[in-house]
Amino acid sequence: MNLISCLHMAVALILAPLMLGVINRTKARVAGRNGAPLLQLYFDLGKLLRKGAVYSRTTTWVFRAGPLIGLAAVLGALLVTPFGKSGAVLAFDGDLVLFAYWLGLMRFVTVLAALDTGSSFEGMGASREVFFSALAEPAFLLGLVGLARATDAISLSTILPSISAATWLAAGPALALIATAWLVILLAENARIPVDDPNTHLELTMIHEVMVLDHCGPDLGLILYGAALKLWVMGALLVSLLTPVRYGVVWQDALVFLGGMLILAVGIGLIESAMARLRLARVPQLLMGASALAVLALMLIMK
Amino acid sequence: MNGAAQPLIFHPGTPVRVDRLPCVPVAGFRETVIRDVEQGARLAALFGLETATGEIELVAILAHPERGVLAALTTRPGAAYPALTPDCPQAQGFEREVAEQWGVLPQGHPWLKPLRFHPPFGKRPSVWPRTQAEPARPGMINFFQMTGEEIHEVAVGPVHAGIIEPGHFRFQCHGEQVFHLEISLGYQHRGVERSLIGAPGKRTIHFMETLCGDTTIGHAMAYAQALEALGAGAVPSRAQALRAIALELERLANHVGDLGALAGDVGFLPTASFCGRIRGDFLNLTALLCGNRFGRGLIRPGGVAFDLDEASADELRRRLEQAGRDIRSAVDLLWGSPSVMARFEQTGTLAPEDCRALGLVGPVARACGLERDVRYEFPFGVYCFEQIPVSTWTSGDVFARAYVRWLEIQRSLDFIYAQLAALPKGPISGAVGALMPEALVVSLTEGWRGEIVHVALTDAQGRFRRYKVVDPSFHNWMGLALAMRRQPISDFPLCNKSFNLSYCGHDL
Repeated sequence: MNLISCLHMAVALILAPLMLGVINRTKARVAGRNGAPLLQLYFDLGKLLRKGAVYSRTTTWVFRAGPLIGLAAVLGALLVTPFGKSGAVLAFDGDLVLFAYWLGLMRFVTVLAALDTGSSFEGMGASREVFFSALAEPAFLLGLVGLARATDAISLSTILPSISAATWLAAGPALALIATAWLVILLAENARIPVDDPNTHLELTMIHEVMVLDHCGPDLGLILYGAALKLWVMGALLVSLLTPVRYGVVWQDALVFLGGMLILAVGIGLIESAMARLRLARVPQLLMGASALAVLALMLIMK
Repeated sequence: MNGAAQPLIFHPGTPVRVDRLPCVPVAGFRETVIRDVEQGARLAALFGLETATGEIELVAILAHPERGVLAALTTRPGAAYPALTPDCPQAQGFEREVAEQWGVLPQGHPWLKPLRFHPPFGKRPSVWPRTQAEPARPGMINFFQMTGEEIHEVAVGPVHAGIIEPGHFRFQCHGEQVFHLEISLGYQHRGVERSLIGAPGKRTIHFMETLCGDTTIGHAMAYAQALEALGAGAVPSRAQALRAIALELERLANHVGDLGALAGDVGFLPTASFCGRIRGDFLNLTALLCGNRFGRGLIRPGGVAFDLDEASADELRRRLEQAGRDIRSAVDLLWGSPSVMARFEQTGTLAPEDCRALGLVGPVARACGLERDVRYEFPFGVYCFEQIPVSTWTSGDVFARAYVRWLEIQRSLDFIYAQLAALPKGPISGAVGALMPEALVVSLTEGWRGEIVHVALTDAQGRFRRYKVVDPSFHNWMGLALAMRRQPISDFPLCNKSFNLSYCGHDL
């Protein structure tokens, strides 16, 4: 742990909601609209944190603990996420497994809180979420294993910074496959089109959103902020994987990384503008496809 | 066999004297209705009315599209009669309505539940016994239920996530699959039909324009035609043309809005955003005609209230051409996107035989390949002289319903261009005389959702003793329920949007 990585984490904490602002602005522009302000999510968070909360009498402490533990879990994941080419606040051998399980914990408490409401909508959302993430997790982990193997390291803060132009030259096809698989997982895990539609108001079609319908006020604020951080940490892994340059100068590396995140956000916005949502029954096929890509990458690396 | 009765044959928009309506025994009534519907007629309306003796009379209006005529007959069923619905499913909504309004029990009705949850007219006993302490309340019915492992029930509404009207939807699901959907409406019931007794008056036209807010022109036109028929009014040809232009503009605005909403439901943003704006462009064209985006105040018995001068006509044509180009590029994006087509195709498929049996109307029926269009089958106004081709598609799925809308958009545009190019000169309004007493008239128009039926019956003073309105949604809600069978529940919003039915048009 050092000061620079703490600073990097602070930057992540501040900028994460901006990423969603960029995505939404991109979507609006492609659709010929002006769109909401880039800082809309900050305004929303400020508004929600000032509000009170209403709790259904059918819920228990599980429902209230969900958003808190969820945010804590994603903060935990952020602790082990490298900031581009510089290491994370926490780095040790095997932290990649911890990273996956932080995200797993976040999902677990969200699902529990959803089930705690006893609403049929939230139950449906929870069942979809669990089903899809069971398919998404292997693709993510297999990708990590492939990268660990390619770089001979088992800490995220070592693996991702050490991916250089040479790594890409040596194992380019495999890395490209992993990047593709991760992009699919990133879209799926963060409720983006083509898997979920973050803008829809139709409960019956939702996956992630429907699980948090009963949360309001500060709880909803925590959830939204947690979701922004989740997009940030998963995006950070993908961007680190895709940027093979490393200057060794803190501000230059930081600029490259932030530029990468900006491009990723615009890219997600463009993907969402260019295609419709998948039929729900087709989502598993997409996730299985991502897993297949990750397996293939692993085989290429292991050969 | 031949207990079948001979109904009165007449044309829409032509008044007939009430005493010419054949009143036949129930058995003959049933036989005629069932036989005619089997042979391709449609039950356009079936409603009750109170006779001078306080008895209830059932009036059936059958539409015979192949001959372009209507047939009417009546019966006096007493307190109960054997229901038509088991042999003629398209009577299901009508018979529930009659039971609710007049307390006449259709025996053997498989689905006898209230439609609008109001007490019967004239303090009659209800067919659903209720105590004073427990009045009829919307949504309080015994919903069809399934039991079994892994069957779960999902209730949606009456309060929805979007800004839409209230309605309750009850799904019986197995995992993600819907086995059965039951729709219970009535939250929007305003008692329009009851308040129209004794009309027409100053407020009547406003009731008509708000029967179903997005079909202002369609309903106002049906009402105006009914009044003109009863009052022997002649509508000048310029007014006829302006009415048709307004009707097609209404169709354009709504179809465009629907295509955008369909795109929005599958998360396809470009078309959703563009269509939202272009819908506004079409609404503004209606505003150019009469100053109101929904066409309020345009149609008046005898003609139209606003003329279109030369400069406005040019403006209309110019803006219409622009909007036409915009909508083409926005909609082409839809058909060109495989991800959109994957969602639209084979979703919510409705079989033509179900469509025929339930008597569905409008784009929903045309998307099943049925050539069902009042403008073609029972032409009215300008449509008597200017044909609009019937737009059909055969697959019966969400795609078909979307594509039929697109075909109709193009044909409506062409139609308006043609009308504007040859707009007749002359007055825009004619006189409507005193209404013919003791008469019945049926007025049909093709609103953007489908066939609109208005039936007016006058008393000895030429006032309405009964005014029956059948909005296309009245038929089509059942079609939505059927289209959802064996569909994933996550596709319900998409299916729903492809029907885009009216709640208040149903609830009246």
